[in-house]
Formats: sequence, C-alpha cells, structure tokens
Amino acid sequence: MREVAVIGIGMTKWGELWNKSLRDIYVETALMAIDDSGVDHIDSMYIGSMSSGIFVGQEHIASLLADYLGCAPVPSTRVETACASGGLALRLGFMEVASGMSDIVLVSGVEKMTDVGGDEATYALGTAADQEYECYHGITFPGLYALIAVAHMHKYGTTRKQLAEVAVKNHRNGSKNPLAQFPFEVTIDDVLNSVRVADPLRILDCSPITDGAAAAIICPVELAKKLKKPVVKIIGSGHATDYIAISQRKDMTWLESTYRAGKSAYEMAGKSPDDIDVFEVHDCFTIAELCVMEALGIVDKGKSGEAVERGRTALEGDIPVNPSGGLKSKGHPVGATGIAQVVEIVKQLREESGKRQVRGARIGLTQNMGGSGASTAVHIFERE
Amino acid sequence: MSTPSRYWREIPQRYRLEANSCVKCKQKFFPPRLVCPECGSRDLVKTKIAEKGKVISYTIIRVPPSQFKDQAPYAVGVVELDDGVRLMGQIVDCDFEDLKLEQRVRIEFRKLFEQGHSGILCYGYKFVPDS
Repeated sequence: MREVAVIGIGMTKWGELWNKSLRDIYVETALMAIDDSGVDHIDSMYIGSMSSGIFVGQEHIASLLADYLGCAPVPSTRVETACASGGLALRLGFMEVASGMSDIVLVSGVEKMTDVGGDEATYALGTAADQEYECYHGITFPGLYALIAVAHMHKYGTTRKQLAEVAVKNHRNGSKNPLAQFPFEVTIDDVLNSVRVADPLRILDCSPITDGAAAAIICPVELAKKLKKPVVKIIGSGHATDYIAISQRKDMTWLESTYRAGKSAYEMAGKSPDDIDVFEVHDCFTIAELCVMEALGIVDKGKSGEAVERGRTALEGDIPVNPSGGLKSKGHPVGATGIAQVVEIVKQLREESGKRQVRGARIGLTQNMGGSGASTAVHIFERE
Repeated sequence: MSTPSRYWREIPQRYRLEANSCVKCKQKFFPPRLVCPECGSRDLVKTKIAEKGKVISYTIIRVPPSQFKDQAPYAVGVVELDDGVRLMGQIVDCDFEDLKLEQRVRIEFRKLFEQGHSGILCYGYKFVPDS
C-alpha cells in the first residue's frame, strides 16, 4: 500500500442556505479543496450523501456533481452509509490512492436538508433505522438515542447534567468556529430547560438540520511532497457494522461498530488512544459523544460523563473532543459530516484553527457514525 | 405510499409474533432471519416469541413522525421478553409517571397508525403493564 496524504481541504459556512442549491453548495466547496491543494486535475471522486433522493428528489448525484464541477468524465461515485457516508467516501478514496489505482482523488460529502419541511426531514433521517421494526412503532432518531441514554444512565449512573455538559462544551468550541451553523455558547440551564424532544433528550441535546458540504483532496505522500504542501498523512482507516436495530444489540450502551472500526484504525496506525492529541467524533446527540468516547477507548466504560464534567474533553483538557463544535454546534448535513471532521483535523494538525487550536496537536482521529451506530468509519491522521 | 404487499408480508410477525430459532446454537430471532448471525448456520426453525417480559429502556416521544402526530406524547420502549428476545414497541395503558425500568409488560394486539386518508390501518403489537 502507498502512503496517502490530505493536501487540500474545503468547507464553507454551514446553516440554512436557502439561496443555494445542492449543486451550488457542493461545487463551491469542492473548488475550495482543489484550490487549497494546488492540483490542476483530479483522477476520481467520491461523494458521501445520505438521502439526496428524499431531501431534494435527486439521485445520481455522483454524475450531476462531477458534471457541474467541470470534471466529467472522471469516475465519480456516491457513497451511502447514512450519517457515516462522508467517512466512507474518505475510506474508499483512501483505498483507491493507497492501492495505486488513482493518484489524486476528491473525497467529499454534501447534504441539502432544508428544501423539505421538518416532517419530511424527520422521515428521511428515520430511514437510517429499521423501517419495519423500529420506525413502524413511532420511534424517531432522538428517540433511539434517548433509549441509549436511559440505558447508559441506568447502567453507569450517568446524569442528565453530564449530557448537558457535552452540548455546553461543543457550543463553547463552536463559538470559535466561524463556519459553524450555531456559533454561540449555551449554558447548562439553557440545555436543561430547552424543549423536550424524546425524554430525557431535549432540543439542545440534538444536532440540527443543516445544509452544507465539505471536501478534501488526497494523494500519495510522495506526490504531496513534490507539490510542497503541508503533509497530513492518513495513517489508519477502519470501518465496521453492527445490528441495525438497537434492540438486537447485547448492550445498548456499547457501540460495537465504533469499537471495531477504532481497533482496525489504531492497529493500522500503530497507535493507541493515548497517542491521539485531538478527536472529532459523531455527537449527533449528547449521549452519542459519551458512548463513542467509551467505544474508542478514550475513557473506560461508564466513565465518559465524569470525564466531560471534569473538563477533560474541553479544548484545554487532556483529551480534546470536537474542537470544531461538533455536530451539535457546527451543524450536521448528514453526508458531509464525516468529511467536515477531516477538514477540522487537518486544520488542527496544520495549526490553522485559530482560537480553537489544540496546542501542539500532531495526531488526530475522526469517528463518523451512521444511524444509531450500525456503521462507523474511523480515520487517524498525522502531521509529518 | 407503498403497495399493500409490503404491509401484508410482515403480518406473520406483527399479528402472530412469528420468530425463528437456530437449530445449532439455539439463539432465537425476531424478526426471523435466513442466517444465524451468531454461528452462521442456515438451519433455522419457526417458533413464536414469549408474550411477557420487562422494560429495559424507554422514552417519551414528544416530537413524533407525521403519521403518529395525533398520538404524541407516547412511550416507546425496548422490552426483553421472558425467552430472551428483545424488541421495540409502544408502551400504552400506563401513565408516564408510573413507567419504570424492569417493569413487567405483556404484548397486546393494537392499531398503531393509519397510512393517511385512504391508506391501510396498520396493526401490530404494543406493550401494556402486566402486574
């Protein structure tokens, strides 16, 4: 396998972008990544998108977006693993470059979620769960994570306030990220008094509905050096699946796919959780960030709530998690999220993160998860 | 809206609680599977799930999907039946304040929702307290 580096990144301001279409958002972002890398062409492209068919009634976006990016006839592939689509677009691009099949690959993600109303968006997101045995009974995504939260609170004594601490920390980080959808701080009381969605989760425990895209250019390390770009290597990649319905899992509080994907990525990289300086993880709901920390081995089982409460995962803590503001504050255009995590980690490792810079960060990890945890992609990056 | 066939083919599970179990490792599956995810065996035989069990997690849905709008707020739980099978369903005939983990429940056959003005009336199982 050839060594692979990220040489360009692109991301624009996320939010409710009513004046921009799916293709506008995508092309603008992909061009940023191409310009940042300095390459004059790409050999292939991957696009993570969960549900363009429901959100904008448009399938076949791999070709649509290659066309509007002015890149046709390069091969272009859409990747779908629910909210992990972006992370898997990176993994497929990584495999293509590592294998020698292509040299310069655009890995990207996009979701245009606000062209439909709230009911339809809820429906679209629900399709990541088991339609016949979960959605049929009236569950929603906040509901699924609420079930995980109740089980975690019961098993480990995790508190309602500890969940709120995750949102407070991520909004504090996001307030330093000009590209975030909600770049402002919230207090514990704001979270605890926000609208109830699915008990015990409230609206400020939930990531929002967002329009956005993110893109990165990857190539062999040798080529990156010739281009004289800062070299951020992809040193580990892991992907795993789990039972799609949470009721089928032996322990609802344990994210097996995240554990397995993390294990593969750590092994490929020859690193352990202790070696990682900065984490970007999938906090689609506050409880998700806690379960992910445990499954990635950042903290022991049942100890995540306490770690957040003690400030260990804050920017200045010993295990900074989601310096970008996470899905909670930055926004969650589902297919784009996995690539936006890469954008943040590359900025952190290049020391371009401004007020939210984790000091001295050399090794970073992204964890991107689909559905209630039935898919996970984990990647580890190292600045040379 | 999907054709009635999609609804119809789930009837054995939703009306009659049909499951299957692995002949080799004895694991029981609801819904039934063609291959055992535990041991890989394709030798599975038809069976039924137990009709009583306990709540292992629950939530109150305040913001529902559109077809459940007229029911909200309502409780949805994951129940572990007495035969070890776990499944999701609404918990009804119970005040939210009285709901608790480990609570004993039994399965009852109920209407779940309607598929719009001229669509199918969708039935299936729900959980009710069993004291």
